[in-house]
Amino acid sequence: MAPFLFLLFAIFTVLCAVGVVVNKNAVNASICLILCLVGVAGLFVQLDAYLLAFVLLLVYAGAVAALFLFIVMLLDVQGKETFGLRGIRTIAGFVAFALLLAGIGSVALKGQIVSSVPVPVAGGAQLKLYAYQLFTTYLLPVQIIGFLLLISMLGVIVLSKKHPTAEDAS
Amino acid sequence: MMTASLNAYVIVSAVLFAIGFFGVLVRRNTLIVFMSLELMLIASTLALVAFSRVNGTMDGNVFVFFILTVAAAEVAVGLAIIVALFRRRHTVQIDQLDTLKN
Repeated sequence: MAPFLFLLFAIFTVLCAVGVVVNKNAVNASICLILCLVGVAGLFVQLDAYLLAFVLLLVYAGAVAALFLFIVMLLDVQGKETFGLRGIRTIAGFVAFALLLAGIGSVALKGQIVSSVPVPVAGGAQLKLYAYQLFTTYLLPVQIIGFLLLISMLGVIVLSKKHPTAEDAS
Repeated sequence: MMTASLNAYVIVSAVLFAIGFFGVLVRRNTLIVFMSLELMLIASTLALVAFSRVNGTMDGNVFVFFILTVAAAEVAVGLAIIVALFRRRHTVQIDQLDTLKN
């Protein structure tokens, strides 16, 4: 039963990821991205990371992918892109794809990674554990992340302001 | 509930990462390149969560928190840059954004 669920979510995720890459239409690609994130959230649930699955759905599928969709529709780029498989870049893409798969696959399959018996983590205490770690061991990174968010917010405001000089130049 | 072996999760994450990398190299629409970048980030978080689950520690899961936060900030800034670029050049195709090359 359980491996069936894993297979279902894994195949769904990979198919949606392929959909992101091969779709000509950017709107369809971003919707495929949302579905792919839902599949990854399902995999997280099977790894007992319930909180992360919900955060992924809320932050990524809810905010980030919706932002992508919003920008795609705002820019209104027509499907002028010719997705022709030609040129040195495509060859490089295929070679890199094959090399990455071969490298990580061989490490995973040849027994370099020891699949030890998983240590059970109490399901109810997950949130408490997160909070404990975040506010003791990782207190400084949390503060730095807060500053990073503030800086990125300011940066976005500055970037999206209309500069009259740029308008006059164009 | 550990459903599948760690190797299966690592392979799924490798496949996702490779697909994202392929998209970054092949596609010419900046927005789709950016989406492929997000795909690579998600693949790395999947590997982190799987390893953390097998080792029975919380460190990987906490790292995924930080990765999600940084990714949200990155997406906001990146999309703002793309919008500014589109306002200036009226295109988001990588082929036509080669002013630095000439």
